[in-house]
Amino acid sequence: MNDKKYDILIVGGGVVGTAIARELSKYNLSIALFEKETDVASGTSKANSGIIHAGYNASKDTLKGRLNIESNPMFDQIVSDLKVPFKRIGSLVVGHSQEDKEKLILEKEKSLAQADIDLRVIEKQELREKEPDLAEDAIVALYAPNAGIISPYKLTIAQAENAANNGVEIHLQTEVKQVLHENNYITGIKTNKGEFYGSVVINAAGLYADKIAATVGENYEIVPRKGEYNLFDKKYGSLVNHVIFPMPSEKSKGILITPTVDGNLLLGPNSYVVDDKDDLEVTEQGLNEIWSGGKKLYPSLPGGGVISSFAGLRATIPADPYNDDFKIEALDKPVGFIDVAGIQSPGLSSAPGIAKMVERLIKDISTEIKAPISLKEKPTYNPELDKLPRLDDYKDHREDWHQVYQEDNNYGEIVCRCEHVTKGEIIAELKKSLAPPTLDALKRRTRASGGRCQGGFCGPRIAEIIAEEFNISPLEVTKNGPGSEILMERVKDIKADRDITYRRQKDEN
Amino acid sequence: MKTKRELVVVGGGPAGLAAALEAHKKGVKDILLIERDEYLGGILQQCIHNGFGLDYFNEELTGPEYAERFIDELKDKNIDVQLKTMVIDINEEKLITALSSKDGIEFIEAESIILAMGCRERTREAIRIPGTRPAGVMTAGAAQRYINIEGYLPGREIVILGSGDIGLIMARRLALEGADVKGVFEIMPYSSGLVRNKVQCLDDFGIPLYLQQTVAKIYGQKRVEAVDIVEVDDNLNQITETKKTIQCDTLLLSVGLIPENELSQQANISLDDITGGPIVDQTRETDIPGVFACGNVLQVHDLVDNVSEESEIAGKAAAEYLLNDQEKEIEQALEVSAGENITYVVPHTLNLNSKTDPIIELFFRVKDPAEDCKISIKDNKEELASYTRPIVEPGEIESVKLPVKLINKDSNEIIVELITGGE
Amino acid sequence: MDQRTIVCLSCPKGCRVTVKANGDDIKDISGHECPQGIEYAKNEYLNPTRILPTTVRVKNGQIALVPVKTAAPIPKGKIGEAMQKLAEVEVEAPIKLGQVIVENIVETGVDVVATRSIKAKN
Repeated sequence: MNDKKYDILIVGGGVVGTAIARELSKYNLSIALFEKETDVASGTSKANSGIIHAGYNASKDTLKGRLNIESNPMFDQIVSDLKVPFKRIGSLVVGHSQEDKEKLILEKEKSLAQADIDLRVIEKQELREKEPDLAEDAIVALYAPNAGIISPYKLTIAQAENAANNGVEIHLQTEVKQVLHENNYITGIKTNKGEFYGSVVINAAGLYADKIAATVGENYEIVPRKGEYNLFDKKYGSLVNHVIFPMPSEKSKGILITPTVDGNLLLGPNSYVVDDKDDLEVTEQGLNEIWSGGKKLYPSLPGGGVISSFAGLRATIPADPYNDDFKIEALDKPVGFIDVAGIQSPGLSSAPGIAKMVERLIKDISTEIKAPISLKEKPTYNPELDKLPRLDDYKDHREDWHQVYQEDNNYGEIVCRCEHVTKGEIIAELKKSLAPPTLDALKRRTRASGGRCQGGFCGPRIAEIIAEEFNISPLEVTKNGPGSEILMERVKDIKADRDITYRRQKDEN
Repeated sequence: MKTKRELVVVGGGPAGLAAALEAHKKGVKDILLIERDEYLGGILQQCIHNGFGLDYFNEELTGPEYAERFIDELKDKNIDVQLKTMVIDINEEKLITALSSKDGIEFIEAESIILAMGCRERTREAIRIPGTRPAGVMTAGAAQRYINIEGYLPGREIVILGSGDIGLIMARRLALEGADVKGVFEIMPYSSGLVRNKVQCLDDFGIPLYLQQTVAKIYGQKRVEAVDIVEVDDNLNQITETKKTIQCDTLLLSVGLIPENELSQQANISLDDITGGPIVDQTRETDIPGVFACGNVLQVHDLVDNVSEESEIAGKAAAEYLLNDQEKEIEQALEVSAGENITYVVPHTLNLNSKTDPIIELFFRVKDPAEDCKISIKDNKEELASYTRPIVEPGEIESVKLPVKLINKDSNEIIVELITGGE
Repeated sequence: MDQRTIVCLSCPKGCRVTVKANGDDIKDISGHECPQGIEYAKNEYLNPTRILPTTVRVKNGQIALVPVKTAAPIPKGKIGEAMQKLAEVEVEAPIKLGQVIVENIVETGVDVVATRSIKAKN
């Protein structure tokens, strides 16, 4: 079906796959990225804590430790190029006892021995100045000023858009079924939309990386580890000023509280292994668990302030699902297959470093693969995305928005009341080549319907705008792809073929 | 870009319409009403059912008919209206920032403001239903808009959680249009909707109402496929053994309304934690002089007729504020509080002077249903008045008319209590 | 003898009124707390009627549907049929509030009228 030959085929449109695509798009290579869902950032990359860790947590001997440390300073340039919201607000690991304090000092010393990270242990008074609403019994904290918060899905989407602008083909709703190889050389992939040929396949398929790897005879298992979250109304965004962690346990960094870059407050995650890679259920038990974790840190956490609960899955590789490392390597057999698997936390924090590492791996095998390639930088490469106007960014100088409005009066029509998103902002996103006609995709790009009313007011209006822009019926507008249509049929259309049961008032005796 | 107005009314629903008209009648001529939708009438335009106006017009109207009477009068009076315009900021100095596709950013210096932004529905998240997050979970009001205005059915097999009036009304509406409504589930031991709606919307259609039951879980990856229903005990704890699964493609939520006070908060207006609306005196004036609030932004009403009446109080007060060209003289200030078995009382304070109306109506909700009971109005020393009621329910706002002359001159508080039989 | 319980809607109290009858011949009414209950229960037993509020498709209007209602209550048993009939109707904008949309809907002698004015699309 598709006779075109590519140099590089990337499987997976998460933060890792798109970071790699963008990194490689500076070279004169033909690259295609495949994502099985209707949008990039549809898996782990859309539902996580959105934290860029300072890098002290993991040992430098591990890939995840090394890549996190290497990646943290890279974010300033990335977000400046891609216009992605990011704030270095710093993180605090909070302790409650002398014993905790000793542990934190030890942690600090251990970390400083490995890398030059800005880390300090602060005492109660300074802690209270930084976080006035923190629980009274918090007396000490490990402070890492370089930790930051980012919108993980906006980063992923921006990376994909920038890669696409630089020539990467992004194939959505294209599920890779099999990796093709002949005589130990990668030759391409087979998808639900036909075969695509190329000599390098990068497996960044997240939760499904094991399925992809199995088709080249590589055997490992990805085990999903769930984390549940609560998102709070923007009203409460200022309750917390830093990323706040409890004392870490063996299995995780614990239930944290952080402001988000959009000004909300995020609480979570818990952490437990599940069987099903589609299991995004939020459980009563899980919500209770994160809630009590949050209350311990912030007793004044407002119960009524939650506007959204969600769950995300991290892709881990056992035997020890709580303490494994990333699996990033170029296989000897077949040549041309690069595994980028088991990217659990701190995967988001490490994404830029992972992309650089994959770039080096490709350089190493560039002459050995079936159709050798040379990595020549192309002069047309542009690492930047244009910044689109957002009303929310004009809070303190509304008068300047008038100029935006004068260019296009759609910027004067507010569609999402809670998040103050205008029709102009929505249309600008929908006009981009990557944007799919779904409410969720639009929510991630503009925040429309992501506020406190969760689309109660603007859902119908957004569906209408999507339908207009894509020239489809509102009946075809979905939440997140086929099968998730918002509306069933036109009112009155079903009357003709359905019996209307109209019952007399029932006798209760 | 910068203009001045004597009175700006924020919101063109029933509250804003009635308030603007009343202010005009009382002599304010420079009024601007700002509405975010493309038509006036607010939520009434999607409430196509009858049952409105019985108190206010002494006849039974549908929502759009009720709205159109006010809209026509507003047009007759040539009151300025800006449609498709959203107020995005209000500050303490009564400077309003508005945005529209017609005029872009506008700054309006208002001498007086009436807040009439209405309310929004509580969502799935507010009540934390576990499970997946598929399409097909929506608030009853959103479904109402899809069906009655846009012309689309949001589902075929419907479960409704919450027996508030919108939930009951939507059960009938969906049944009429051919959907299969599996039942209405209410966590409380009583329906929070009007009895009339229970009979005419559910009983007429054989739609069951299940009390003390709630949705425990939502199933479905892309679209809702089923929900778990579970009974709850008297403390609202789920009785796990009673769990059963119901197949459906849609879950509609009618689980309460929240006043929309984001603008009030920006302006630093004090809010009541219980009502979610501003703290006001008997003229519906907030703690910023010249800023008034009425309708569902102040407290969630059951009947639009009461919204109209309340808004007229605010409209009249705004006129007095503007025309007297002075701040209200306060001779006696009282706190009004909710006593035994009362959830809240509006107004929250009384600021009395020689011009105060001789009768002040106090609005409140009771905590639990009761029959043959008494409403007692007290101060810290004695009972001032009492009123008997054959029946009271938390779902219906109660009110009493308190003659001002009964208030002791040296008092600084009023307490409203519900006294049930046997005492 | 037939027996049916009817919730009286004359006031918010909602008394449960029991009607006992042989066919249309009412023998006994009980459970009401005021005289209004008798009248209500009698009507509701013999000839229950309802106002039917719904919508009708609009051609060339600023919105897709016009809200309508039966100008007077119609027999409860006729509502299903009336809905069926109204599903087939389409009216051309502009529409004035009160305008008759369907005369004598399903032979009830009652007209269906618009409850909102709707302008024509441009």
